[in-house]
Amino acid sequence: MTAIERGGIDCDLHPAVPNLKALYPYLTDHWRDIAVQRGMSELNSIAYPANSPLTARPDWRPNGQPAGSDLDLVRKQALDPFGTSIAIANCLYGVQLLFSEDMGAAFARAVNDWMAKEWLDREPRLRASIVVPVQNPEMAVDEIERLAPDRRFVQVLLLVMGDMPLGKRHYWPIYAAAERHGLTVGIHAGSAYRHPVTPIGWPSYYTEDYAAQATGFQQALSSLICEGVFVKHPDLKVVLLESGFTWLPAHLWRLSKFWRGLRMEVPWLDRSPTEVVKTNVRLTIQPCDAPPDEAGLLKLLDHLESDELLLFATDYPHWQFDDDQVLPSGLPPALVRKIMIDNPKATYPRLS
Amino acid sequence: MNVQVKARPLPQPANQSKLATADCDIHPQRASDKDLHPFLEKRWIEHMQMFGSRPRQAYQSGPAYPKSQPFASRRDAWPPGGRPGSSLPFLREQLLDANNCVLGVLNATGDNGQSFQNRAFGAAVCHAMNEWLIAEWLEPEPRLKGSIVVPYEDAEAAVAEIERYAGDPRFVQVLMLNRTSEPPGQKRYWKVYEAAAAAGLPVGVHAFGFGGYPVSGGGWPSFYIEDMVGHAQSMQSFLTSMVVEGVFERFPSLRLVLIEAGFAWVPALAWRLDKLWHRLKAETPHLKRLPSEYIRESVWLTTQPMEEPANRAHVLDAIDWIGWDRLLFATDYPHWDYDDPSHVLPLPVPEAKRRGFFLENAVALYG
Repeated sequence: MTAIERGGIDCDLHPAVPNLKALYPYLTDHWRDIAVQRGMSELNSIAYPANSPLTARPDWRPNGQPAGSDLDLVRKQALDPFGTSIAIANCLYGVQLLFSEDMGAAFARAVNDWMAKEWLDREPRLRASIVVPVQNPEMAVDEIERLAPDRRFVQVLLLVMGDMPLGKRHYWPIYAAAERHGLTVGIHAGSAYRHPVTPIGWPSYYTEDYAAQATGFQQALSSLICEGVFVKHPDLKVVLLESGFTWLPAHLWRLSKFWRGLRMEVPWLDRSPTEVVKTNVRLTIQPCDAPPDEAGLLKLLDHLESDELLLFATDYPHWQFDDDQVLPSGLPPALVRKIMIDNPKATYPRLS
Repeated sequence: MNVQVKARPLPQPANQSKLATADCDIHPQRASDKDLHPFLEKRWIEHMQMFGSRPRQAYQSGPAYPKSQPFASRRDAWPPGGRPGSSLPFLREQLLDANNCVLGVLNATGDNGQSFQNRAFGAAVCHAMNEWLIAEWLEPEPRLKGSIVVPYEDAEAAVAEIERYAGDPRFVQVLMLNRTSEPPGQKRYWKVYEAAAAAGLPVGVHAFGFGGYPVSGGGWPSFYIEDMVGHAQSMQSFLTSMVVEGVFERFPSLRLVLIEAGFAWVPALAWRLDKLWHRLKAETPHLKRLPSEYIRESVWLTTQPMEEPANRAHVLDAIDWIGWDRLLFATDYPHWDYDDPSHVLPLPVPEAKRRGFFLENAVALYG
């Protein structure tokens, strides 16, 4: 195993909304009435079935409550054991999956206020991502503007698969707002399920759904780069969360080759996609879909061509690793320090 | 790639000092729909003329992502008076002789019936494609072998087509397109794999097709470049479905060839699937082995378009991970992203690997 460096920054940790009722204090009367009258269900995405092994490590499942919903357990299980100095809370309660823009905005707002009050106020090591109603970019920008003065919010959170590929100009006001306020854009695994997660239809198995998250990231990355998001916003950092990272080199080899052949189609893209990633895109280290041997992992890291791309993350409470083996075996100590401390600091303007 | 050479030297005649090659992805193209008329019932000829192909896409002809150049073809691949890939004499000279190609696998992918919304019409066109392949290409040129075009969305019709040509030495493969209308590991497609395995034919899955869903799970991208790069993601989904549904467990003699979708993504996908299987195997008790083991044993990949890292040696690491015996050289002639056998390998590799890559793997697979 690889020893961790204490004082690390955990860039992907998931506090869970215990249930819809927990948000009631943060909803207006109208939306609280709506939730009750219409008998709204929990907004838990099928991306993480409650009892699926991957959704929560066996020793991280509290009795009767969703994993990640108890701050004391988060301290004990996620923050203390890894000597974490700062952890970024990414709430996956599925408000982006709602079809109504208005309802999406109301519940996103409630999630953010709940996060500030129940988590950030109580635990100084925590920071959070702003959940936005991506159903309507104007409303998403309003939510960013509302929360940007609170420096504990360090990032804007999006799901990797929604209505349209994330590079589309439709979403650019969100990127402009993020850049303006020194927020990164965190793109997390998950889908609004507007389309099947694969280009060949709805898969039978959850295993395929989770496997498809990586292909969703590959395509979101193609979209962000080809549409020119980073040409327009050169200071914007995008962090791919729970994306896996071992697919990145092969994807960039292909994307950069096609860019050389087809750049007349995207003439604004004045650098190879590989170079764009080095300056503007970062990835969290869990899950680590690594070669089975240390030598293979080192080769893969060499293929990344940069030691600045990877960020430490536990992905708590998802079951990505056992015991304290949050880092894959064979990482050199200098790289551990980069991944756990230097790279996150360089990535998040609000943490530097 | 897309480089225009003003004064391209004339193709050289077969040069026996050059390493012989097998080319596992060549695209013959009909000069016009009339070429298929001898092999279609009158009803379907009239249907074609009246209503057109109607695949699951927007335009009557041509994609909603316009290609980079006409018919996505090399500028120099136009035979006198015809469209690229439509002339056997021209293809012989420009491709087979020039590359010392001793085995060329024809994948007739364009407007071939496989993705038509009207499946009965699609099945008729698939059959006509096969008869046209025999008459115009396979009979006159023994170096060329065919892939049986099958209407895989209608498994029974596909099986009939496979059985019609099983044992015919002119055909070496069953052809599917990547963009199926449902995940290809699902039961509705099993008869196709069963029939192919029974006939001793690999199933070749070529990039493209129109299943009707966006190429990304996050919707339709804007650009041709995204669609092209997306073949790799779409093929990952195809392979994932085949593995996770247990197709290789059910049909252990099935051989799957993934065509024109890259190959360097295979290792990372296999590592991911292995890790997921350890975590989620309660969901897939029908799988008896690691996903990577099914892939290692049952999957081949064509090489074009070769991934090109900045440090070109890195692509050799990817081949090491996949297995040098699983790659099949392909040019994708006459298309613009053609790979030239004299440039495709980035660095010198040992003779045995080189021979496998260019010829012997294909001969072992296709015979």
